[in-house]
Amino acid sequence: MFRLAIQMLFGDIAKYLMLVVGLFFATFLIVQQASVFCGLMRWTTSTLRNVPAPIWVVEEQVEQVNETNPLRDTDVGRVRSVSGVAWAMPLYSGIQRVRLDDGSFKTVQLIGIDAASLAGAPPRMLEGNLESLRLPNTVVIDELATARLSPVKGGRLKIGDQFEINDIEARVVGICDADRSFTGGPYVWTIYERALQYSPPQRKMLSAVIAGPVAGVEPLEAAREIQRVTGLRAYVTGKSGGDDENFAWSTIWWYVRNTGIPISFGTTVIVGFIVGVAIACQTFYAFVLDNLRYLGALKAMGMSTWRLSAMLMVQALTVGCIGFGLGLFATAGFARAALENKQPPFFMPAVVPAGAFAVIIIICFLAAMLGIWRIARYEPAMVFRA
Amino acid sequence: MPDFPDTRPVAVETHGIEKSFGDGAAKLLVLKQVSLTVCKGEILMLVGPSGCGKTTLLSIIGGTLRPDCGEVTAFGQPLHRMRSSELTRFRAGHIGFIFQQFNLIPTISCAENVAVPLLIAGVRSSVAIRKARETLGLVGLADRAKDRPGFLSGGQQQRVAIARALVHEPPMVICDEPTAALDASNGEIVMNLLAGVARSGDRAVMVVTHDNRIFSYADRIARMDDGRIIEVRDAAAGHGRHFLHELPH
Repeated sequence: MFRLAIQMLFGDIAKYLMLVVGLFFATFLIVQQASVFCGLMRWTTSTLRNVPAPIWVVEEQVEQVNETNPLRDTDVGRVRSVSGVAWAMPLYSGIQRVRLDDGSFKTVQLIGIDAASLAGAPPRMLEGNLESLRLPNTVVIDELATARLSPVKGGRLKIGDQFEINDIEARVVGICDADRSFTGGPYVWTIYERALQYSPPQRKMLSAVIAGPVAGVEPLEAAREIQRVTGLRAYVTGKSGGDDENFAWSTIWWYVRNTGIPISFGTTVIVGFIVGVAIACQTFYAFVLDNLRYLGALKAMGMSTWRLSAMLMVQALTVGCIGFGLGLFATAGFARAALENKQPPFFMPAVVPAGAFAVIIIICFLAAMLGIWRIARYEPAMVFRA
Repeated sequence: MPDFPDTRPVAVETHGIEKSFGDGAAKLLVLKQVSLTVCKGEILMLVGPSGCGKTTLLSIIGGTLRPDCGEVTAFGQPLHRMRSSELTRFRAGHIGFIFQQFNLIPTISCAENVAVPLLIAGVRSSVAIRKARETLGLVGLADRAKDRPGFLSGGQQQRVAIARALVHEPPMVICDEPTAALDASNGEIVMNLLAGVARSGDRAVMVVTHDNRIFSYADRIARMDDGRIIEVRDAAAGHGRHFLHELPH
């Protein structure tokens, strides 16, 4: 009987296409917008991936990685002294202005790392040597910076090219792969002391202390100990820790709570749901009404309401799966373009398509229930009165 | 109520059936104390003016509608006492339906349409389609098995509907205006088929009709008016021809 249901569905091409298109749009809106939202939230934590360290120690009021409340230089030593901490290094992180050869300015995310250990260096170098950072006035830039900081439109910076940060020369000695920052500026790495020279002087300049635990101690355990001993805020990275102990989740929740981003994207996702419900329910109900005499005849011939309901459910779920598949395919096309252009932000964790599929199934269920409600109320004798 | 005694075994028997629609002041009593017997191997035609309750009586005998009171016994089973699910099973196993507008599903082939009652009964699809093709052969449409109903003439579509009504070999076939949408020659073909069904299969065939061209195929004709059966005549004994002239055309 399910084959019959499918044949009845595919036989009405106009309504079948309308249903698929409605569910396609719903899927596309929901998955695309949710993925862009996830991508945007991922951008907020780019610094954590670009500056890898198991533990970040920051000022006690800091809730997210893009917020800087400077520490005292002596705090590096205080963190090092905590039992369970294997190493602790200073880190500078701040937005600075780069002056290009044509006199224009661009903002960059300047990262200053320890010269001896190079802890916090970019994880993947594409060109050049990271250790060249120890040479005078040298920087490592990310791929975005090669285009963004090029004095020639359409050109790219190469190793050996120069620009100025606060009137101080910066020579490119390496190009690395890095995640894009939330502010849109490219990442520039240098050593900690030179980063302080590049930045306007302040009483306190230390942005954070990055640290690692001794072997056998979990980062979370070490972070809690740092917090207990120093009174500073110590976050872990990676997958360990709760929302208030993991710096990435703490950062994401800060943006969720303090910006209108979730409302904006959430509204579009809700619109997607409403579009799906409106089109699917209206069209499916019209489809059932159009086929009512045939469904009624089946009922008269001895098909139970349960089996008719199952047929309608199969029809609704079939268009749901097809619409969802096409919507996901279109989103993949969008994702490909977004990832090639590095914008808009796009990140699709498994929960997004899974959640969207659940939403589409709910829409199909609602649509099928409307039809089932109609056919359940249809007396088989009515088929004689058609 | 007059009802001709018959020596043939009884298929369906109704006693004192009443059926009304609506409530309160709008309540309309459609059937009033209707008693009727349908025998195996006969064609019984229900005739009468529009709104006299023919289709309602047909629906009750076919198990698609419940009477308000009275008894309906079909093949020894009390339909008036059955639950809805039991009635559904009863219809699937005992009744073949032929509708005025055929009600063939337009998006599937004729063979698939004919196979529907077997699929409802839980027969495997391949077996059902094979049996459907055989049954289409019996109504002279073996070569149209793969065509969709929309490509067939009205008469051919009604023959497909007859095949669908017979494929699961029900002991009773119920027809609602089977020739109303057909021209004279197609109506004749359809009625010859139904007559054959009644006689060769020892089936009860009950036909609601306004079409006086087909009265000659009836074994008995029950005339209804205002919710009552006012007359049942044995057409085979010659009453039918006479009766034919008395009916409003």
